[in-house]
This record gives sequence, C-alpha cells and structure tokens, in this order.
Amino acid sequence: MTSRPELQAPPEIFYNDDEARKYTSSSRIIEIQAKLSERALELLALRSDGVPRLLLDIGCGSGLSGETLTENGHQWIGLDISQSMLDVALEREVEGDLVLGDMGQGLGLRPGVIDGAISISAVQWLCNADKSSHEPRIRLKAFFGSLYRCLARGARAVLQVYPGNLAQRELILGFAMRAGFSGGIVVDYPHSTKSRKEYLVLTCGPPSLSSAAPRGKDEDGDSCSDEDSSGDEDNQSVCISDRHRPRKKQKLNKKMKGREWVLRKKEQMRRKGNAVPANTKYTARKRKARF
Amino acid sequence: MRLLTHNMLSSNIKGVTNGFPLLIEVEKVVEKQVDFNEDFLRNMFPKIEWKALVEASRTMGYTELPENAESSMLDSDEFLRKFHHALIELHLEEGALVCPETGRKFPVNKGIPNMLLHEDEV
Repeated sequence: MTSRPELQAPPEIFYNDDEARKYTSSSRIIEIQAKLSERALELLALRSDGVPRLLLDIGCGSGLSGETLTENGHQWIGLDISQSMLDVALEREVEGDLVLGDMGQGLGLRPGVIDGAISISAVQWLCNADKSSHEPRIRLKAFFGSLYRCLARGARAVLQVYPGNLAQRELILGFAMRAGFSGGIVVDYPHSTKSRKEYLVLTCGPPSLSSAAPRGKDEDGDSCSDEDSSGDEDNQSVCISDRHRPRKKQKLNKKMKGREWVLRKKEQMRRKGNAVPANTKYTARKRKARF
Repeated sequence: MRLLTHNMLSSNIKGVTNGFPLLIEVEKVVEKQVDFNEDFLRNMFPKIEWKALVEASRTMGYTELPENAESSMLDSDEFLRKFHHALIELHLEEGALVCPETGRKFPVNKGIPNMLLHEDEV
C-alpha cells in the first residue's frame, strides 16, 4: 500500500504539475472532494437567508472544493501552497480569488472579515516538519491564531482532516482550542475504515447553544451522537445528559481495611490454594505515607 | 485578484505592526463581467475599509468611487453598481502588492498574489 502523501514530500513538491493534473482529472477524487465540501458547508451552518457570504477555502488546491462554494452562491478566497495546483484551478476558471501562500505562516487577513472557513484534506500537512526551520507547533499556532482573528464573531471554521495518528489529532485540536476556538470533532461513518471522515468544527467565540457539535453520520445514514450534548440546529432543543452523577453520600472508609481484613483475605487465598506468605508481626503494619 | 480580496489582505511579515492596506503596483488590469448581487454588497459593506478600496480602485484606473461612503448610500442603485464594479469586476492580473511598512513586494502573476514569506520574515 502506498504511504500517505504527507509522508512522501512537502505539499508544494508533492503536488507538482503531474500530480496536480492527475489529482484533478480523477473522477473518483473529484467526487470525494465534492462530497466532503458539501458536508463541510453543511456543518458551517450558515444562515440560509440566500445572502452570499465571503468564505475562506484553506488548502483550496485546484479549486474542487471552491466550486462547491460557488455553486451555493458564495464568494470565496482560496489559499494554497502549491503553484501547480493553483495553475490547474486557473485553467478550470474558478470563481474565487486564489492566493499562493503557506497557512503555517499565518493567513495574513484583516480581523473579523471572513464569514466562514472550510478546509478539505489540508490541515494535517501542518503536522509535518518539512524544512529544518519548521516547527509544527509554531506553524499550528500561527495558523489557528490568524484563523481565529480573521473570522467574524460567531463564524465557524470546518476543517476536514486526515490525521496520521491519534497524536496528530490531539495536536491539531489542542492548538485550535488554545487559539480560542470552541467546538469539537464530528466523525462521519466512524465504524467504516474506508468511509470514515473527520471534521473539526470550530466556532469563533464563547461556547453557546449554536456551537454545540453537530452529530456525525452513521452507516445507515442516521445520525449518531458521539457526545453527551447534542444540539439540534433547527429545533433549538438541546438535551444535555447528566455527566456529573451525584456523589455517593458515604465514602468507603479505608480504615475498614485493617489487619483483621488482611488476615481474613490471606486465609481465603490459602484456602484457594494460592501461595501466601506466612503471617508475621509485620502483616498489615501501617506503612509510611510515602510508601 | 479582485479588490475584494485586496481589501482583506495584510502584510504578515514579522515585526510589521500595520501591514494594511497593501499598496498596488499595476502592470495589467482586466475587467470581468460578474452578476450583480445586492445582498452580497450590503453584507460586505460594513466590513470593507472604504479608504483602502478607493485608493486601490484609483490605482487600477477607476475613479468613480466617492471619497467617503455611508450605509445610507447603499440605497442608491448607481452607488451599488459602482461599488460592485470596483469590488468584484476589476482584476489585477499582473503587478505587485507592496507592504506599506517594509516595502517588500509580493508579486502578482496571472491574478494570483504570491504571499509566501521568506524564512527570515516569519
């Protein structure tokens, strides 16, 4: 099995002219990217008032995801590090504006101007140190910090990611939270290795009803909830199950486990046939606290 | 690159306190026809830095925008058309964006600005 693209070369080198062309002419990839973009847009939960919004497409590549944004009537700015991919986007005459840039250097956008951001299969590239001067943590911090700043209050960012492992997932989520975002991970089809997709759904601003993470999709197309609290965007009803159970009034008193208890237990074990040390005057003696 | 995007971009170089707005060096401007959408213009208007937009459109050769603008002017269809033209229909195809503090140039080719920072600018 071929290794992940992220382990082969930095993105601006991996996505050269050949790869860019291959990527964009594969009908399978086009279909997958379209589906992912539709879902990301759905999770963005923009108000459906027909007003076109200004959105950001991070890691827009050849514009496959941007086309979904255009189809839904929005204006967008796309950022990508690979000139080859952007050239393909130009050929396809995408409607959004394209910027050649590195998200790990910060997005370089004015505060509060973006109505929403999506990213399809891109943010995990930040976790690699492609150059000796790169430190993934600094890049993640720069990315999430600048993303938080440029989003309007209450706006969302939906990042579809392919984390290489659990550590990468934690890293990405951790830096997002530290930047001030609230939100969580939505997983679609969690039980299928092939169809499983993860979306980081982040809201700019304090956690509220509207920032409760939406439900992920399951094999049958039903929604399955990974979390205790589920927010229903349409119905405004939120049920939060009781995470904190009331503490039991009586705490088990450790003094009960005195010498007698220990001797009784040792007898039990002997009867069972286990090898138990003989009882001496040291059995169940009180040890020092830092034992 | 449209002036809509230019109005959002700022210089990200380390140590720069105010990297907005980027100055424009024009080599080639293209005008593209785009459908007019009033809702979008109304939504964007409060977010736009008007002075920067007027400056930029003048550099690109469009002088119709008024110096100052208030939200009441959005009711005028003529104003909306001019706003639409400047914001969405003017494209900088070739040229450069210049950081106002350091003078560093970000080249624009085929309408794509190259905002990649060098190692020492991050």
